[in-house]
Parts: sequence; C-alpha cells; structure tokens
Amino acid sequence: MQYETVIGLETHAQFHTRSKMFCGCKTDFGAPPNTQTCPVCQGLPGTLPVVNRTAVELGLRAALALRCHIAPVTQFDRKNYFYPDLPKNYQVSQNYHNLGVDGRLEIEVDGQTRKVGIWNVHLEEDAGKLEHPEDTGANYTAIDLNRAGTPLLEIVSAPDMRSADEANAYMNELAAILRHLGISDCKMQEGSLRFEAGISVRAVGGEEFGNRVEVKNLNSMSAVVKAIEHERHRQVAVLESGGTVPSQTMLWDVQREVTEPMRSKEEAKDYRYFPEPDLVPIEISPEWLDQVREQMSELPAVRRKRFIAELDLPPYDAGVIVEQKPIADYFEQTVEQGVEPKTAANWMMGEVMRVLNERQCEIDDLPVSPPMLAELIGLVTDDRISNSVGKTVFSEMCSSGKKAGEIVEEKGLAQISDSGELEAVVKQVLADHPDAVADLESGKQQAKGFLIGQIMRATRGKANPKLAGELIDRLTGD
Amino acid sequence: MPELIELSAGDLHRKLMAGDVTARQIVERYLDRIEQIDGRVGAFNTVTAEAALDKAADIDDRLDKGEAVGPLAGVPIALKDNLCTRGVPTTCSSRILEHFVPPYDATVVERLQRADAVLIGKTNLDEFAMGSTTEASAFATTANPWDLSRVPGGSSGGSAAAVAAGLAPLALGSDTGGSIRQPAAFCGVTGLKPTYGRVSRYGLIAYASSLDQIGTFSRDPRDAALLLEVIAGHDPRDSTSAQEPVPDYSAELEKDVAGVKVGLPREYLAEGIAPDVEAAVRAAADTCRGLGAEVIDISLPHTEYAVATYYIIGTAEASSNLARFDGIHYGRRAAGKMDVDELYSRSRSEGLGDEVKRRIMLGTFALSAGYYDAYYLKALKVRRLIKKDFDDALAGVDCILAPVAPTVAYKQGEMIDDPLALYLADIYTSATNLAGLPAIAFNAGTGEGGLPVGVQLMGRPFEESGLLRLAHAFREATDHHLARPNLTED
Amino acid sequence: MTRITTDTVEQVADLSKLILSDEELAGFQEQLDKIIGYFEVLNSLDTTGVEPLAHPLDLRNVFRQDTVEDSAPREDALANAPDKTDEAYKVPVVIESS
Repeated sequence: MQYETVIGLETHAQFHTRSKMFCGCKTDFGAPPNTQTCPVCQGLPGTLPVVNRTAVELGLRAALALRCHIAPVTQFDRKNYFYPDLPKNYQVSQNYHNLGVDGRLEIEVDGQTRKVGIWNVHLEEDAGKLEHPEDTGANYTAIDLNRAGTPLLEIVSAPDMRSADEANAYMNELAAILRHLGISDCKMQEGSLRFEAGISVRAVGGEEFGNRVEVKNLNSMSAVVKAIEHERHRQVAVLESGGTVPSQTMLWDVQREVTEPMRSKEEAKDYRYFPEPDLVPIEISPEWLDQVREQMSELPAVRRKRFIAELDLPPYDAGVIVEQKPIADYFEQTVEQGVEPKTAANWMMGEVMRVLNERQCEIDDLPVSPPMLAELIGLVTDDRISNSVGKTVFSEMCSSGKKAGEIVEEKGLAQISDSGELEAVVKQVLADHPDAVADLESGKQQAKGFLIGQIMRATRGKANPKLAGELIDRLTGD
Repeated sequence: MPELIELSAGDLHRKLMAGDVTARQIVERYLDRIEQIDGRVGAFNTVTAEAALDKAADIDDRLDKGEAVGPLAGVPIALKDNLCTRGVPTTCSSRILEHFVPPYDATVVERLQRADAVLIGKTNLDEFAMGSTTEASAFATTANPWDLSRVPGGSSGGSAAAVAAGLAPLALGSDTGGSIRQPAAFCGVTGLKPTYGRVSRYGLIAYASSLDQIGTFSRDPRDAALLLEVIAGHDPRDSTSAQEPVPDYSAELEKDVAGVKVGLPREYLAEGIAPDVEAAVRAAADTCRGLGAEVIDISLPHTEYAVATYYIIGTAEASSNLARFDGIHYGRRAAGKMDVDELYSRSRSEGLGDEVKRRIMLGTFALSAGYYDAYYLKALKVRRLIKKDFDDALAGVDCILAPVAPTVAYKQGEMIDDPLALYLADIYTSATNLAGLPAIAFNAGTGEGGLPVGVQLMGRPFEESGLLRLAHAFREATDHHLARPNLTED
Repeated sequence: MTRITTDTVEQVADLSKLILSDEELAGFQEQLDKIIGYFEVLNSLDTTGVEPLAHPLDLRNVFRQDTVEDSAPREDALANAPDKTDEAYKVPVVIESS
C-alpha cells in the first residue's frame, strides 16, 4: 500500500523585545541563572502581569503576514498545569480569542507552490529552564527562571504538509518572515525558535487522518526533518504489520535520532483554560492595524518576486539573498549605488557571505557599508583592479574599515591596463619561458594560461588579464 | 492616656500635628493595648512593634525639624495578612506561607508608607481569605470583641476585630464576596469595599482576581474617607486598576444628603433574614428619610442566583491562583525524598486547610473538561444579568440600602460543619463583587445578644463619595457608634 | 443533575495536586455533591443570548511600554526557596526524557 505522511507544526518563536511579556526584566540569552527575574516573573503571590505592547504589535505583524483574520477583541487565557519551570503553575496564553486565526503560508517545493493553512497565531509567555547538573552524582534538578515570562508567539499550522521537504520549506519560509519583520531573531541554537510536530500516516487518498503522534524536543529544523522521516517509517511499519499507531506524545532523542514515548503519568490532559482575570481584553481597531501595517517591511516572498522581476535575479539568487533580511537590505542598498544587480548578488553570495561565515558575525557588524562595497565593485567592473585583487581588497576592508580606493592606492594594487607598461613585463615573461612559448606556437592553448599566470605573478595580480592575453598574442607573432 | 484609643484616625493625626502628642506616644499606647487585649481577641498574626516604633521616631524627628509629613502621619494601621509587606511575614493564615517573607511591598503598603501611617501588625484571616468566620485560619481563632465566644466574621476578621477592640484605629482588609463588610457588620465598625479597580490589587495575594478588592476598616466613615484618599488611584502595575481620578472624599463627606434617592431591594428583605437584622435595615431606612432622603422600593431580580454564581467564579479563579503554592519556589515544602509530582501533592495537602482544598476542588471542577460550559461559562452569563440588575436599579436610585448578613455574629463552631450554609449567608454581599460596585457597611443598631447589626449601602461604580456621605450623615443622626465592646485592660 | 461521585472527587483532587485520605475523600464527596447540586439553581435561568461577563469593569487595552527595568537581586529571588543552590531553585530530579 502507498502511504502519505500528514504533518502539522506548532512553532514557538521568542519575540525580539527588550523586556518580558508581563514585566520589565530583560530577555537576554545566556545570563547567569536567576539574574533576570523579578517578583512578577517569579510568580510571587500578589504580583500582577501587565502586557508588553510591543509584543502584541509584533504578534499582529506575524498574524498579518500569515494572512490571518485578526480578532477585533483578543484576550489572554490561563492554561493550567503543574510543572517546575512554570512558577505560577499556569501559563498565560490564548485559547478562546486568539490574536489571529485561519491564515495561510505559501511554500515552494520542487518548483510547486503549496498553501499551508495556519489555524491560529497567539501570544503567550515562555517557561523557565530546568538544568540537570553535569555532575552525575547530583540528585536534583535546578530551576532557572530567566526565561520565564519571555514573550512567545505560537503559530499552529493545519496538518497540510505531506513530506519532510514541505515541512522544511514551511519552517524556512516562516523563519524568513519572522526575521524579516523583526518579530524574532529565530536563533534555534538559543531556543528562540522551537517546533513541535504532529505526525500521522494514512493510505494515499484516504479521507480520515491516522492517529497523531506529537513529537517534542525538536531543537533544529534538521531534527524536525529527521523526526518526520523516522516517524513515517515507524508508523508505516506498525500499520504494515497490522497494528495501530497509538496517539501519543513522543520525545526526539537527538543523539540516537529516534523518537521515544514520553514517560509521564497517564493522566488526561485537562488544561482548564479560562479568561485571565488579571488582564483586560485587547481591542484591535482598524486604525491600530493600519499603523502596524505601515511599520511592516516587505514580506520575503514579495521581495523575492520583486528581485526576480525587477532586478532580473535568477530565482536561486533571490532565494539565498532574501533568506535573511539584513543581507537582502544590504544587497538592495548596494544596488541602489548603481551596481548591476547580478554582479552585486554574486558578491553577496560569494565574498560577503564567506567573510560572515568565517567571522561568525552579522552583516551589520562589518565595517564595510553598502556604498563602500559598491565602490569596490565599481573598481573591478571598470577594470581598475582585477577580480582577484578585488577579493583581497574586500578582506582588507573588512579588517581595517578603509575604503577600497584607499587600499588600492596605498598598496599600489591598481591594474596595469597600460599596454606600454605591461608590454615590458610580457616580453620578460616570454623570454623567461621559451618552452611555453614554443608550446603555444605549436597550438597548445593551455600554455597561454600558464603564461598569463606568470604575468599575474610578476605583477602581483595587477595585470589586466585580457590585455596580457592580447599582448601575448601580438608578441608571439600569431 | 486611654483617650488616645478613643480618638479617630483623623483626630489622632490632628493632635500629633498640633504637638499635643508624639507619634511615639500614640504607637506605644496602641502596642500596650495590643499586649493587654489581643491575647483574648487574637486579631494579630504578627505585631511589628519594632518597625512601628522606628517609624514613629522618624515621624517625630521630622516634625521636630519642621519637615513635612504625610496625611496619616502617626496613625497606626493594621493590615490583613494577605497584603504583601517587604521583610514582614505575609502568611495568608496558611501553613504553606507560614514563613514567607515577601521581597516587595503591595502598592497600598507603599502608599501608606508614603502617607506616614504606622504599620502596626498583620491581622488574622480565614486562610487565603476563604471563609466568613476567621475560623479557617491555620493559626488561631479570632474572637468577636463584643462577645468572645462568637466569631468576628470573615475573612477579614482580624482587621475588623482589631478596629472594634481599639487595637488599631485603621485597618485594611480585602473583600471578595463580603469579606470586609460582613466582619465590619459583625464587629460594629465601618467597612468600605471600594469599586473594583479603585484600589490597586498589586501585592494582595489573590483569592479571586475579578472579585477581590482591598478596602478599609475604621470606626467611622470620615476615617474611611481619609484612608481611601491615600490608597485609591491608578497603579500601572495592576492592569485592572482604573484611571478614574480620586476625589477629595473628606470634603465630599460634608455635603448635604437631602433629596438622595435610596433603593430598598425587596429580595434582600425576603425569607431568610433574621428579625433583628430586618428591623435594623428598616430603621436605617427611616433614618435616611429623616435626613431628607427618598426611600424607594426596588427589585434586584437575580439576587437568588448570586451565591451560586459567586462561588463558581470565585473558586474557579482561586483554583488557578492558588496553584502556585506548591513548595517549589517558596513556601512550605513537604519533607522527605519523593519525586516532583508527589512533592507538589504532599506540600499542598499538608500546607493547605480544608476550606481552601474544598474551594480549589470546586473551582477545578467548574473549569474542567465537560463542565466548563455548564458551570463556569453559565456563571459568567448570570454574572452579566446580576450586573444588569444593579445598572437598572441604580439608574433610578443613587444608592441601595441592604442588610449585610442575615444574622448577627455566629457562635464559634456553629457553622463549621456546614460549608453550604455558610456560603448561603453571603447572599447580601456577593452580588456587589460580581458587579464590581462600591459598598459601605456600618453599625446600625443592636440585635440578638447585644451584638451589633450592620447595614450596607451599595452605589454606582466610583461613587464612593455618595456612600460615605450618607453613612456619615447616618452616624451624625444616630448614636449606635457610641456603643463599645466591653474589654477591660488587665 | 450532576452527581459528584468519589471518582469525580479523586479526578479533581488529582488535577488540583491534592492527596486525600479515604476519610477526607468521603467527606469532600458529600460536601461537593451538596454544593455543586446547589449550583444547579443556575440551570433554571435562561441565558440564551447573554454575553459572558468575566470582568466587572469595561477596561480595554492596558499596556506597558517595552522598556527594561531592574531585575531583583538573585539572593532576593532565592530568599524564600525551600531548597536551593547558590544560583538556582532545587527540586527532585525531573525526568523529561524516557
């Protein structure tokens, strides 16, 4: 029998706010344990929450970007359950009147566009962290409440994905949107973007969904992809052997790359959601929504299309550049300086990304501004310096922050495009390599490459290779 | 100086400012009286003698230097022990918080400190403010100063008893379904439950968030006005606190009450009310007429649903509010080796009393899958009908005169085995909280056993002034306030 | 009419993280049955079309600005903890994985 996988994803993204959802504590990652807490996020008795307006507005951006219906009046609800990382033993979340419902996200897989439904987008607070001491003899778990109360956006998709590839495309597109709109920095390694997958399989063409397995502890997109593959195989095997897949919650074991049933008391989950009485409803007026819309930058999908249509970029290039908003912004600013778009894209995907990767830094950390890059590219396209010298100059710019012209000047890197000046060098190289000259004259074209290489070497890369080639042709008497 | 005990908060402050008495003398006198009397009454969980004397010394010092002091300078005040006080144990009269010392002050406590009131101690209550006799305290039973074999009412029984026994001229309490007004009535003092949102709840350990409101105990409405002026007003830390400006309640007090329309709800004078209480209400109506007010019969048709509605909503919110008491981050933790789940259950089972457990379970039930619509959601709908009753009635009258409790104070132990009977006695107070309205209870006579009988006035949101004014005029026209419990100092 | 059985009480106690002795269970069953039975007085009321009222005041849109305020010193945060290390709250080992 042919099976298909049915996948729905729940995404938790930490908002990129300065302070927490309901109090003024910082949300910085990596602070010493329990140093970013106050009576409110410690859940001390008597304390009360007050909603961070920015978190609501960032949530609205997400809901708009995902084409949700925006609730005219939204409110917070309490989700009641006991867990040591949850100091109040309830999580302030949304259940009855979510910020946004019934949206969709378009993804592209193998050139095909698919729509993934978004059931809802809502706001909530993050829990603290449980730390299991390294010391194996330690018989306790430590609680760090720094993360407790960090604003979270939860995005619940419909079970509309049918393969790990689609899930992967969904996650990447979602992350691109969240980053683009300044909603979340989506740093998976810091836990600011987390996923849970609902996975089931059924016979192709089946009407009913199979029993759903919820997989938690998915800390990277690749873990989601692997978990989907693993579950698909596991569930199909169960069905093939005549069994039934039980609905259950599983944990992804990162080391062993398998899912394991969660060991917890088999109690029926009953969260007893009810309206959070310490908070008042939020009315979202059309005027407020307009303001939020005005603050929203272009969505990644729109930007990609524009780069393809207006700047004539190949779809692949547009995809790579738009993935991260700062890169896309930088690219556009470079193009605005008059650089030909495809050339600018090559530089972005080549040298710029190489340096960012090498230095493990963000583009905003580079001392090279888009006009500075544009100047450098200009020098190359005007044949003032060679492409290879351009790369060296770029590295130098990234280190020193100096302008390309200055570096070229200082180090005498300008390309020798004067035939008189270059002719002397060419003559000398030809004289030094009579064998190569003989090869060339007998028709071996690769000898020409060798000779140009020698010329480049003699000029420390400054020779205009095209001119050098012409000179060789002329001087070898072709 | 026994006369200090007889003075109102306003008079104490004036004497201090006139130089007739020092803050130290006032505070020492009250501490001495607590020492003499509170062994019999049991109003206090904690007496903060040292801090009170330090504060008094600071006030005297500033007065000596000619510096400004606040409007409550030198006035001792007792706080219900569910109001967080930095560095002072705040127990909610519960084992689970027996050793809890908040690292922060409630907003009302900050405001009192700024007004230079002298915090003299924390008072007993029914555990987590759940109860109406103060017998549900995990620590001690508070006695009614008028008859030590009777309860002071609750849940703010300690605060009411403290003011009635002359152990503090002022006290704060909290009122979720009558927890200020009923003990005020039982103890013959003035209890004001302000409009929901009038006073910040920040630092009040929540019982039921949409019903809780901090309010005042005093000997008379004038002191209530003085204290409300200090504690009322918007607080950015409480999302449910109102932006409404705070009037000069003391000045408003003096205005004429002639022509005021007073509603007398027929449902509040129906079956179930004791004859002495009904007589006091009717006599109070007559007094109002004598003052030039117009008394009009009105109807609040959904009154009979108030108790059920209140207990469903109140316990639902409580079940969630009290989930945090689990022995993990603070509070009492069960001893021994066990897993986390057992730690929760053992800590809570050992640390919480029966009434609290009962309400947590009721609320958990009302919110649980399959029952949410039939109980919790249904109650929210009836709540709207109850509020509408008041909106309609208060469109035609300025305030509503009603009994506070069906009877005078109970004997200790009388109601202990019948929780439902005790719940039903909240019939005249709980609707006010559901509707979020202000109400003031005060002594309106003597009933069975020479015990005080209280009545209450309920009003439109944020119209505390009108209630205080009429209560004040009532006091000026009667002499019920002259009666004192017979408590001789050793 | 909903009858509250000991099973219901046990379920509710479990959700509430309360352990009840047999005697307590019997006592609470009787009381809760009586009280919840009384709650059914509301069923006599037709509330069709009535909007639920969760808050007595009609407040809307209360926010704080996204500004950072000082956090509490860690020793204050941990001061009331029944069991702790120098930097964190301690609980018995919580097993998250299988």
